[in-house]
Amino acid sequence: MSATVTMDSTNYTQSTDNAKKAVDGADHSPAPSAAHDTFIQIKDDFGFWYGESQVLHDLNFNIPKQRVTAFIGPSGCGKSTLLRCFNRMNDLIDGVRHQGDIVINSHSIFDRQLEVISLRKRVGMVFQKYNPFPKTIYENVVYSLRVAGRNKKSQLDEVVEASLRSAALWDEVKDRLHTSALGLSGGQMQRLCIARAIANKPEVLLMDEPCSALDPIATGKIEELIHDLKEQFTIVIVTHNMQQAARVSDRTAFFYLGKLIEYDKTETIFMNPKMKQTEDYVSGRFG
Amino acid sequence: MTTSKPSRNPNTVQPVGENFVWLTAMGLAAGIIMVIGMILLIFWKGVTVFWPKEVVLVELVEDSEAGLNGVTTFAGAIVDEREKLSRDPVTDAYKDEYSFFIGNKEVYGQMYYYIDVDQVARMEKPADIMVAERMEYGNAIFYPQALTLANGEVIPADTDAFNTVLQKRLEVVRDRRSAITQLEKKAIGRINHQLEDIRLEKLRLKREHGSDAADHPNMQQLLTREAQLEAEYKELDAASSALRELQQAETLTYQLVTGEERTLALGALVDVFKPNTMSFTDKVAFFIVHVWRFVSENPREANTEGGIFPAIFGTFAMTLLMSAIVMPFGVLAAIYLREYATQGPFVQSIRIAINNLAGVPSIVYGVFGLGFFVYVLGGSIDELFFPIMAEQGTPVFGTGGILWAAFTLALMTVPVVVVATEEALAAVPRGAREASLACGASKWQTIQRIVMPASSSGIITGLILAMARGAGEVAPLMLVGVIKLAPDLPIDLEPPFIHLDRKFMHLGFHIYDLGFQSPNSEAAKPMVFATTFLLIMLVIVLNLGAILIRDRLRRKYASGTF
Repeated sequence: MSATVTMDSTNYTQSTDNAKKAVDGADHSPAPSAAHDTFIQIKDDFGFWYGESQVLHDLNFNIPKQRVTAFIGPSGCGKSTLLRCFNRMNDLIDGVRHQGDIVINSHSIFDRQLEVISLRKRVGMVFQKYNPFPKTIYENVVYSLRVAGRNKKSQLDEVVEASLRSAALWDEVKDRLHTSALGLSGGQMQRLCIARAIANKPEVLLMDEPCSALDPIATGKIEELIHDLKEQFTIVIVTHNMQQAARVSDRTAFFYLGKLIEYDKTETIFMNPKMKQTEDYVSGRFG
Repeated sequence: MTTSKPSRNPNTVQPVGENFVWLTAMGLAAGIIMVIGMILLIFWKGVTVFWPKEVVLVELVEDSEAGLNGVTTFAGAIVDEREKLSRDPVTDAYKDEYSFFIGNKEVYGQMYYYIDVDQVARMEKPADIMVAERMEYGNAIFYPQALTLANGEVIPADTDAFNTVLQKRLEVVRDRRSAITQLEKKAIGRINHQLEDIRLEKLRLKREHGSDAADHPNMQQLLTREAQLEAEYKELDAASSALRELQQAETLTYQLVTGEERTLALGALVDVFKPNTMSFTDKVAFFIVHVWRFVSENPREANTEGGIFPAIFGTFAMTLLMSAIVMPFGVLAAIYLREYATQGPFVQSIRIAINNLAGVPSIVYGVFGLGFFVYVLGGSIDELFFPIMAEQGTPVFGTGGILWAAFTLALMTVPVVVVATEEALAAVPRGAREASLACGASKWQTIQRIVMPASSSGIITGLILAMARGAGEVAPLMLVGVIKLAPDLPIDLEPPFIHLDRKFMHLGFHIYDLGFQSPNSEAAKPMVFATTFLLIMLVIVLNLGAILIRDRLRRKYASGTF
């Protein structure tokens, strides 16, 4: 587990089922410090439906700034859906609807005034399966700038170097920036995808099981990277890997059947969970 | 237990359903055999046309009534030996007959001659018999007698110099012929075009200024220019007449096997050869030269002789133009249908309607093309831009032309492109789109930068299918711009270089015309095969080109990672 975990915490609440417990939990938390304000608020009993089936129920919790927050839970518990709400990727699916609100950096993401494109510029995303474009490494990194209409060569060069350095990929690819990105190894491709996601300096970085398709060595590199990146970004990571959540995250939220069961400092979730379900899950007894 | 019937070993598992492997394999084999058989047949029949056939001298039995022009000896190339279709009235048996190509149509009135096998007493292959390809009346088969040069010198056929001199003079004649064509088509053609322009301009002035037109300064200018051009025309015409006279100056005298003696100007000859003395290499050279002439020359004699270059070029140009029209329409329609339209029963019914459009008979498209493109669109264009020409009865766009033909075929093939493009777009993995959208790209940017490149190979597949269907289509073209013999190519060196209003020749129509509209269908038969083979080759070449592009795209945008 990360040594930099601080003891501060934001208020959080759990689903209504556990409202009482949530209040208790909040009472135990120290007051939020100024440096790590709440950055994403999921509020007003946030719920989400695919057609008629509700996949998220009554969520109310806050994600702190410049920290790594992990979502864990068994498959189908809605953690990826919630993650994909943050950059409104679920808009692509027909027949979805939601209730409640999500606020990122004090702007509601469902605000009608807000263009989804500008939201996605502020909220970068890394997918489960590395998906570089069939373009050169260089073009992959600058894609978000190009679509934003920024084409100045010197600027792009700068961004490419900075992003690839941040993604710990620069030294490996600096001599072949203009070759196809598809020639990279899996781990390199995923780091390239991270570089692509951070090129436009988003505020939030969403990671949807970023290591599930990688071997342990590549996974280790990505985890190190996540650790470095939280200096600059608010990171939300979905993972199936308990050890990974324990290693990289500062806070962990455990979901089950679309409900938030428990949300606390990672240490607490893994060492001293309040809920029986959480304990069973993190210790591998179910899920 | 009795062992009269050997029981099946219970351990051998009967491969259930594997019998059907044979059924499916048979289906495939039957398809392949049919296709390959057809191509081989067309190839063989088409290619052997250009191989020189030996000429036999035939002597019929003495009391034969079958003689040609009353003579029982004649010469010809054996085309076929076959069983007759009807029984012999005497023996009540099917007899065999030969079919000979005897040529000399102006003498015999026919080019093919059929003789019962039992009527032939003797056949031989005389070495000195000669075959001449002529500009008119097809081939002649004869014994050469003498060559008369322009200066009156006579070279008898039995001297050593005869063959070399004849070939040399023919070379000169051929060069002169292409010079005449050059002069008449290019130089005189250009002057005619300019004269036509002046005539129209004069008409326009007359209409605008009425009786004052004669005093209009432009009118004077036009008249001087016209006089100038007419003088030029006379000069060129005189030059071409002089050349034509030269073509008639040297003559070849020959005697037919049946005895008639004739004299022919060298200008009327294309080539002569002695098929019975040709070595294998001679024949190969002959074959190559004739194949080349076939694909590079203009047709002669109601298309039954000469080459088919204008038809090849017309087919090629029309297909490319059609592709250029159908691609943007089809791709844009498919993008809207797949990417933007809300999927539902309405869009689904549109999709079904588009699929059904692919099944509408092509002649229906032809009628629509004629009614809408030619008469409505073309008529309006003429009314707006070429009113005088339309009035003169020479409409520009108000009549069939390569542009309307391309539009008609584009309309016909648009469903193919839409369906293929839709499938290609649907096959682009969601991961690719999401990655792009997550980077802050708009939907159109995603389509343009990610989806289109990734589906480009599938889109090209649609184009290949469209081209294959369009290039082989004949029926609608007959209504909207194809003609039997086009004087000019749709693309040439005359400004504005691309003449979209021109009518054109097409291989498919050429086949129909040769096979079914020709006055001499027997003579046209080999040409039909050769043309068919070329049409198939052209479709294959166009498709190969598209496949090459597709493979390049596929390699460029290939990704197993999405």
